[in-house]
Amino acid sequence: MRLSDRARTLPESGIRKFFELAEARDDVISLGVGEPDFSAPWTARTAAIDSLERGKTSYTANRGMAALRERIADHHERYDQSYEPESEVLVTTGASEAVDLAFRALVDPGDTVAVHEPTYISYGPGIELAGGEQLTVPTRAADDFALTRESLEAAGAAEADLLVLCYPNNPTGATMTDEELAEVAAFCRDEDLRVVADEIYAALTYGTDHASIATQPGMRERTVVVNGFSKAYAMTGLRLGYALGPAEAIDAMNRIHQYTMLSAPTTPQYAAIEALDRCDDEVAEMVEEYNRRRRLVVSRFNEMGLDTFEPGGAFYAFPECGGDDEAFAEELLEAEGVAVVPGSVFGEGGEGHLRVSYATSMRELKAATDRIAAFVDGR
Amino acid sequence: MDAEREVLDVLARNAREDIDDIAAQTGLDADAVADAIDALEAKSVVHGYQAVVDWDRVDEGKIRAVVEINVELDRETGYEQVADRIAKFPAVDALHLVSGDYDFAVEVLGENMQDVSEFISEQVAPMPEVTQTVTHYIMETYKDGGIRFEDGDDDDRLSVSP
Repeated sequence: MRLSDRARTLPESGIRKFFELAEARDDVISLGVGEPDFSAPWTARTAAIDSLERGKTSYTANRGMAALRERIADHHERYDQSYEPESEVLVTTGASEAVDLAFRALVDPGDTVAVHEPTYISYGPGIELAGGEQLTVPTRAADDFALTRESLEAAGAAEADLLVLCYPNNPTGATMTDEELAEVAAFCRDEDLRVVADEIYAALTYGTDHASIATQPGMRERTVVVNGFSKAYAMTGLRLGYALGPAEAIDAMNRIHQYTMLSAPTTPQYAAIEALDRCDDEVAEMVEEYNRRRRLVVSRFNEMGLDTFEPGGAFYAFPECGGDDEAFAEELLEAEGVAVVPGSVFGEGGEGHLRVSYATSMRELKAATDRIAAFVDGR
Repeated sequence: MDAEREVLDVLARNAREDIDDIAAQTGLDADAVADAIDALEAKSVVHGYQAVVDWDRVDEGKIRAVVEINVELDRETGYEQVADRIAKFPAVDALHLVSGDYDFAVEVLGENMQDVSEFISEQVAPMPEVTQTVTHYIMETYKDGGIRFEDGDDDDRLSVSP
C-alpha cells in the first residue's frame, strides 16, 4: 500500500534496537525499563474493577469526568499551580496524547520548536507530525543537564515559537530549581516563546519539591503543563494523562481531542479518582523506595569509576561511560546480560552516557551493578 | 527523618542488607549506620533478625496455629505475669494481648497438629489463670511479614522501553 510521505520518513525509535537485543535473551537483568516496577495501588485498581461491575463503560465528557478534573485541579495546588477544572483541565489518553495535542494546537507548519536534549524521544516526531521543525538545545553534564539561558541563546532558540521542557527529565533524572527556571522563564518572556512543560515525573522528586515553570511570573498564560498517572501511580498501562493550561489552549486541544479520541478511557478515570483521593501514602512509600535505590545506584556507579551526577527526580541515573555509549551498551548486554539504554538514543548531549533505570527491585539492582562493575573492570 | 528511622526502614524491609549497602541507600556513612543499628538494638527497638519462611514449602515443615486464650486475673496476677509464663514455652512464636472477646492471641508453631494440640491441652489449658482456649490451625499462609507468598517474579514489563 502506498504510504504517506509523513509516515515513510518518520524514523524508527533508537530504543527499538536495544529492545530487540534484550528480548532475544532470557537471562537479562534490565535497567532499561521506562516504567515503574510497582503495580497501581490496589484501591485504585479495585475502583476500576468496581466501575466495570457497575457497568460504567460509556464515554465520559470530552474533557474527562468532572469529578476527576476537580480532583486534578485540587491535586496541583501542591505545586502552587491553580487551574479551573471546567475550562483549564483536559483529561487525555496518557500524557503522550496531551503532548501530541499541545503540538497540534500550538504549532503551525514551519514553526520552530526548541527542545532540550537529551530528552524523552517522542517530542521530535510529535513536532514533525504537527508540521513544525525541531531546534535542538543541548544541555550539558557540566550543568547537571539543567537548561540554561546560555544554552538557549547559543542554540538560537530566540527564533523559536515554542519550547518543550521536560523536568524531572527522562533520561537524565535532572530536575530544575525555581531559580534555574526563572532564568528560562525570563528568556521565554523576552523572546515570546510559549512552553509545553512535560511534568510527568513531578511526584518523583527527592529531597525537594517539584518546581514548575508555569508558576514563574507571566508564564501561566504561555504554558501548557502535561502530567498524568503513569509514573506517580504506576498506571502506565491504564493510559491516563492530562493537560493544564489557559482556557484558550485547553479549548483548542479539546477540539482536536473530541475528533481524534473523543474521550480518555473511562475505567482508568475511576481508578484515577481513587488514586487522587486515597493513595498519597502509597505514592510516598514508592518515592521512598525509589530514593533508596537512587542513592545506591548513584554511589555504586561512582565507586566503579563511571561519574554520575546526583539526579533529583524520575527513576533514572545517567552515568558517564565515555566514548561510544552504543558500543558500551551492546558489549555490556553481550558480556554480562545487563540491558541499559545508550544516552545518544535521547539526542545530542546524551553521547557518552547511559540511561540506567532504577525502577527495578533492590536485589536486581545490586546484581546488575555487580555485573556492570565486573564489565568495567575487564574493559 | 532521623538516621535511626532511616536505617530501621531499610532493615524492616530486608534485614540482610549489609552496612555498606544501607549507607549507600540512606546517604549516611557506614559508621553512622553501624551506630544506628547498635542504638536500635540497645533500646530494644530491634529484637532480632529472622527470615520470613513459607513452612508449607519446606519438607517436614511446621504447622502454625493461632490460639485465643481467656484468663482470669486476681490481685497478685496481672496480664504481665500470665504473659511471662505463656511466653516461656518455646512453642509460642508470638504472643499479643488483644482487645475484644478474648485476652491473648498466641501464635504457636509445632511439628504437626497433634503436637500443637498436646501443647495447648497439656501445658496452656491447665494453667490456673486460663479459663478458655480456642485453637485455629492455619491452613494456608498467603502473606506474612508484609511479603506475599507466591511463585517467583511476574514482571511482564517490556525489557526496554522509552
